[in-house]
Amino acid sequence: MSNTDKLHEIRAIIVRHKRWDLMFMAVGMFALMIAVLTFTVLFAQMIIDGMPRLSWDFFTSFPSRRPGSAGILSAWVGTSLVMLVTIAAAVPMGIGAGVYLEEYAPKNLVTEIIEINVTNLAGVPSIIYGLLALGLFVYQLGFGQSILSAGLALALLILPVVIVTTREAIRAIPVAIREGAYALGATKWQTVSDHLIPYAAAGILTGIIIGLARAIGETAPIITIGAMTFIAFLPPSPVQAEFPFLSFEWLTSPFTVMPIQMFNWVSRPEEAFQLNAAAAGLVLVVMTLAMNGLAIYLRYHMRKKIKW
Amino acid sequence: MHESIVVHATPTQYKSEVRDLSFYYGEFNALKNINMALHEKQVTALIGPSGCGKSTFLRCFNRMHDLYPGNRYMGEIILHPDNVNILASNVDPIEVRMRISMVFQKPNPFPKSIYENVAYGLRVRGVRQRAVLDEKVEEALRDAALWDEVKDRLNQLAFNLSGGQQQRLCIARALATDPEILLFDEPTSALDPIATASIEELITDLKDKVTILIVTHNMQQAARVSDYTAYMYLGELIEFGVTDTIFIKPMNKQTEDYITGRFG
Repeated sequence: MSNTDKLHEIRAIIVRHKRWDLMFMAVGMFALMIAVLTFTVLFAQMIIDGMPRLSWDFFTSFPSRRPGSAGILSAWVGTSLVMLVTIAAAVPMGIGAGVYLEEYAPKNLVTEIIEINVTNLAGVPSIIYGLLALGLFVYQLGFGQSILSAGLALALLILPVVIVTTREAIRAIPVAIREGAYALGATKWQTVSDHLIPYAAAGILTGIIIGLARAIGETAPIITIGAMTFIAFLPPSPVQAEFPFLSFEWLTSPFTVMPIQMFNWVSRPEEAFQLNAAAAGLVLVVMTLAMNGLAIYLRYHMRKKIKW
Repeated sequence: MHESIVVHATPTQYKSEVRDLSFYYGEFNALKNINMALHEKQVTALIGPSGCGKSTFLRCFNRMHDLYPGNRYMGEIILHPDNVNILASNVDPIEVRMRISMVFQKPNPFPKSIYENVAYGLRVRGVRQRAVLDEKVEEALRDAALWDEVKDRLNQLAFNLSGGQQQRLCIARALATDPEILLFDEPTSALDPIATASIEELITDLKDKVTILIVTHNMQQAARVSDYTAYMYLGELIEFGVTDTIFIKPMNKQTEDYITGRFG
């Protein structure tokens, strides 16, 4: 075979192979477009429907029989308070469990089984957590159908996320840093509190925010616990005018949250309530996107300061 | 070991004595029956081919192996003048690390300010008064020949320093607590030749203050900085003695082969 023939053959092979490149690119692009376009269209539709309803009054009004004057006051206040309980419960427990598993727990079979199951817990359907919370918090512990029960249920739900990201953030710290601290005579707790947790803070915070972004949109466990679908009063304020200024009465108050308010409006026959649902959905999506955006910001900008 | 060639080798001048030291990573016998001594306020170098156990040996001195499960020491490392066996199970490794500092292979400053890096050992010991911390930090940075370069930016992050400066910062951090022995684990292997020269000079200066044990894979470095040299191979101490003798007239054929570059 002459040299030219060989060259022609090689070129033919390359052209043939590159056809597959092109094919895959087309298929991949198509798949991506379906995903992106679907979301874009849905989101755009929601903006078109909901935007006109968004006004100051929408945020400061209770739900109403008349769609034009109905608002999401009790829903966003409820969501905020539930999130407060979730943060208060999930953050210390999640960081504590993550640090313990990573730094203190003996490496044996029991620890390994726990580790595998913590990761698996993140995939348990959220309704299961709702049922657990109904049995445990609402009835067994007698917290009732309250903000406290809902916050704790969501805390359970996001706990695995916080634990896993805490562990990953701690594991990303080089062994040399850890040994450097120990070599100076630090105890395990000094190493953890002076070094590991501070250096892992950006990663841990990211995990917490991603967990909260998931919890804020959860509906199933909240319905299971028994959130109200129509509520025209606010829980007692946590801050009081007279001594002792702080009140925890709100913890036991009935409540509703954003997704449930939406669900309630969507199930109404009147067209106008659908617009309210779209507006509430818009608020919820913007909250979630903002939280995820913050998480991404933290991940890239706070970590930039620490280079190993 | 060949004590006959060690001048003035009386036990009172030993800072530390290693007696029948063996070490196991699980089943693997990494150090075999090592006997030697560290002379007070002298530099002792550990040389030998990769995997010979020199770093493992060094890390016995501050009980670093205690951080990981499955490690086991046998034998003794006696610390003078109080004759305590620092490997004994009733001796807290934290106590040992407070007496014996270590400088690592790669500079490992904490992602904190220069000041906080040097002060950390003192903070661990509960020192809170600003005046004491300031004084100790300055003294340690001066001893590590870094003070003039960083005195105007003590609150900047340690990461902004060059590699050689970072390693001197780690030396200052180790010195701030007045250790009795300073361990160096190949301290210049991640540095350029100029930074290496400055660290070597520093090590020579520091022996007025502290007993030094240094692991190096660079034989010229061992010859330049150390007073005593130990040659190790496959977990055994092959030869130990005055550096000049080891390098000029080694007793052991293996040592000679390694030093002259015939293997290793």
